[in-house]
Amino acid sequence: MKFLKFLFVGIFFGIVLVKSEAVSWYRIYEMFRFQSFHMYGIIGSAVILGASSLWFLKKSKAKTIEGREVQLAPKDKGVVRYLLGGSIFGLGWALAGACPGPMYILLGTGVYSMLIVIGGALLGTFVYGLLKPRLPH
Amino acid sequence: MENILKPWPWYVSGPLITLVMVLLVYFGKTFGMSSNLRTLCSMGGAGKYADFFRFDWKAQRWNLTVVLGAIIGGFVAVHFLSDGSQMALNPKTVAELNQMGFENVGSTLLPQEIYGWDSITSLKGLALLIGAGFLVGFGTRYAGGCTSGHAITGLSNLQLPSLIAVIGFFVGGLIMTHLVLPLIF
Repeated sequence: MKFLKFLFVGIFFGIVLVKSEAVSWYRIYEMFRFQSFHMYGIIGSAVILGASSLWFLKKSKAKTIEGREVQLAPKDKGVVRYLLGGSIFGLGWALAGACPGPMYILLGTGVYSMLIVIGGALLGTFVYGLLKPRLPH
Repeated sequence: MENILKPWPWYVSGPLITLVMVLLVYFGKTFGMSSNLRTLCSMGGAGKYADFFRFDWKAQRWNLTVVLGAIIGGFVAVHFLSDGSQMALNPKTVAELNQMGFENVGSTLLPQEIYGWDSITSLKGLALLIGAGFLVGFGTRYAGGCTSGHAITGLSNLQLPSLIAVIGFFVGGLIMTHLVLPLIF
């Protein structure tokens, strides 16, 4: 079962995000009001440890399970799409209090009204797909 | 066990999120949750309407499996790994939200005022949730990633585009929290 490991990673991810309260609307509000270190601590420590881990994996020429060297695809160059798209996402993140990962996780916690948000997110993705050729990137 | 049932501090949670990212890299994949929205659109036949959705979505089944796991993880965490303790929010945050009309702040993960039955059956509440979702869906695809793809993976991989995107996340988030939310509530 090659998919089983992904299922377990997902379960682990869901548990961590609930137990850390990173899926909470209140924690996101508190973060954007700069009234708590909690979310900054989570993201900050994840990034510092993440950067050291990736650096070490590349330096030691570690192999993935598929036998290839660890290599993450670089992001396309650009400014407009990242700043503009990022800001649009930020508006939605602070309003819904949930980014794409937590949306699914919260559904699992029993918040079924999250299906409306996920529906909106699918619509937003679809509209982006339609408008993509006409948007500045 | 008692420590597992209580909320986890940031210095435990952050490194565990790193572990999720590193595991996916070790499995030859990358951590990115918002791309699943594109995959779901493609599965639903959106390729008929735009090139953007014409790709081999079956190659993304592993990521949909992560999503399925995340849903199960949310269920497990709430039903078996929580003692129902109140969130330790800043009292100032709680007072502010009380003043805006939010009650029982921090006793559940999400405010009833936005996600509760009364809200979603009102036109305003429904529009709010659809609108919030729309902004997340549109914005993440435009920016090419969300918190997991840009803030965690991209920054860890020292990608300048991800830093610009994260600055954007905060520009949008600050505008919503400081300027728009007070108008809505």
